[in-house]
Amino acid sequence: MVPISYYLILAAILFCIGVAAFLIKRNIISVFMSIELMLNAVNLTFVAFAHQWHQVSGQIFVFFVMVVAAAEAAVGLAIIIAIFRARNTLNVDQVDLMKL
Amino acid sequence: MEVNFWIFLLLSVLKVAVVTVILLTAVAYTVLLERKVVGRIQNRWGPTRVGPFGLLQPLADGIKLFLKEDLMPTGVYKPLYIAAPVIALSCALLSISMIPFGANIKYHGVDLFQISDINIGLLVILGITSVGVYGVALSGWSSNNKYSLLGALRASAQVISYELALGLSVIGVILVSQSFRLREIVDLQARHGIVSWNVFGGFQFVAFFIYLTAAFAETNRTPFDLPEAESELTAGYHTEYSSMKFAMFFMAEYANMITVGCVATLLFLGGWTSPFGHLFPADLGGVVGEALLPVFWFVAKVFCFLFLYIWVRGTLPRFRYDQLMGFGWKFLMPLAIANILATSLWLAFHAA
Amino acid sequence: MHLVLFIIFGGLCVAGALNLLFQRHPINAALSLIVVMSSLAVLYLLLGAEFLAAAQVIVYSGAIMVLFTFVIMLLNAGSEERTHGSKAAYAIGIPGAAALFAALAYIFLSNSKSLSTAKLGDYIVTTSDLSRVLFRDLLLPFEVTSVLILVAILGAVALARREH
Repeated sequence: MVPISYYLILAAILFCIGVAAFLIKRNIISVFMSIELMLNAVNLTFVAFAHQWHQVSGQIFVFFVMVVAAAEAAVGLAIIIAIFRARNTLNVDQVDLMKL
Repeated sequence: MEVNFWIFLLLSVLKVAVVTVILLTAVAYTVLLERKVVGRIQNRWGPTRVGPFGLLQPLADGIKLFLKEDLMPTGVYKPLYIAAPVIALSCALLSISMIPFGANIKYHGVDLFQISDINIGLLVILGITSVGVYGVALSGWSSNNKYSLLGALRASAQVISYELALGLSVIGVILVSQSFRLREIVDLQARHGIVSWNVFGGFQFVAFFIYLTAAFAETNRTPFDLPEAESELTAGYHTEYSSMKFAMFFMAEYANMITVGCVATLLFLGGWTSPFGHLFPADLGGVVGEALLPVFWFVAKVFCFLFLYIWVRGTLPRFRYDQLMGFGWKFLMPLAIANILATSLWLAFHAA
Repeated sequence: MHLVLFIIFGGLCVAGALNLLFQRHPINAALSLIVVMSSLAVLYLLLGAEFLAAAQVIVYSGAIMVLFTFVIMLLNAGSEERTHGSKAAYAIGIPGAAALFAALAYIFLSNSKSLSTAKLGDYIVTTSDLSRVLFRDLLLPFEVTSVLILVAILGAVALARREH
């Protein structure tokens, strides 16, 4: 027996760590990973609420988030590789110009 | 039925222990089998010195690997260098826990021939094998050696690519049996012996071919053993490993082979059911025979699969890397999708 | 039983996430994220979402994170250094995240009366339940996501290709 609110609080903890990591990290790959962490935290709330209301649609939403996250990861990492080729750095502070 | 928690715990621990010991022994003897068979294919004897017919060779190998000095190269990134073989081996051993080895015989409500029977057994096996890639990828990266890194990059790219074909080939079987639960998939093939096996009865021989090919690539075996191609990469991702850590990679590879063989047996070859169907009466050897005969069939089928593995290794040359990738993406993937399409159309017409 | 499992895997999640926050090297961060994702899969199982648990392991830990580690290995990313921007981010980011957490926790705790409790095996969504909704009611969104994936594949290939 675990109250649903425990799951929600766990999700909140993960989300806030994700936010903090997103702000603190300087490596572009790590920044991207913190976004994934936030998405995962949101997924956990969806599943918890799906259990709360006995509705399948919450889980369907998670399914779609996963699919979109996979697409996002593919495109995002391709962009990161392209940036690395152009600037030879992964530090977000050094990628602050719109041109080379 | 209510199952006593302590009996359940005790029997589960016992099952895990027995299965682990048997699996590791099977791994050791698969290595011996491979050396023997490849030896005969190449017109030599293979190991003969230790014990009768070289049967104690695995023991000697084990002692040798265990007593060797465990080198720690200076340039490596230590935590991951140590973690990598552990990840590889534990993922290889974990997936065997979903495999049912024999008929569904219960003792105090606990299934005797399967560690855990869950609804999504097949998906869990796929998931665990997909996590197993990290062992290889991290070993190459943390070794700080260009051959290791190249081998690891090759291995992870290859495994990810072929996982796709592997997963898609399995979908045909799932469509036919409408379940992820391995026991249900086997039960559906049990009706008429060999003709109702999924290879023939469910018309999944295309899927079987794809699964077979993808499984060779998944386990990094010849003809797809590019990650450890010794002529180009010395030894690939485990170049820097020695002693027990090397042995762990080695065991992981063979344990993966056995798992893949077990899954192929369950999905396509009718699992523990007899190929003769109900031609012979089931109560041939009393209670013991009823329990052990399915296990015999299962082991025999897995053995055939392993023999095929070794046979292919002794016969086929290695692919080139671009050929490997092209084969996976341009041939196996479309073929697998076509198989799914054909199977679902066939099922739809049958249902209508 | 449920509570014990929740504490073990929830603790693993939090530990992994904190490790992600404090590790300087991207590959360590990636590995801790894998730990978070795999333990989340167990939590999904506890909540009765078995297909999602398997999909979480296969898609997130098995595919997306492999892609991340692959890119980290390919670009040979070193550990990050502290820069001017990172100091400002520390000063604003950590209090901000803490404030956000406080707000969320307050909302959840103040409404915890109206939320039920989760029991093992209480509500299990099987794969067929999930697919019935997915392929009947939500067929169009499902097909649209497949187009999205196709576009993403083409985009990734176009972006990552070296220009000649």
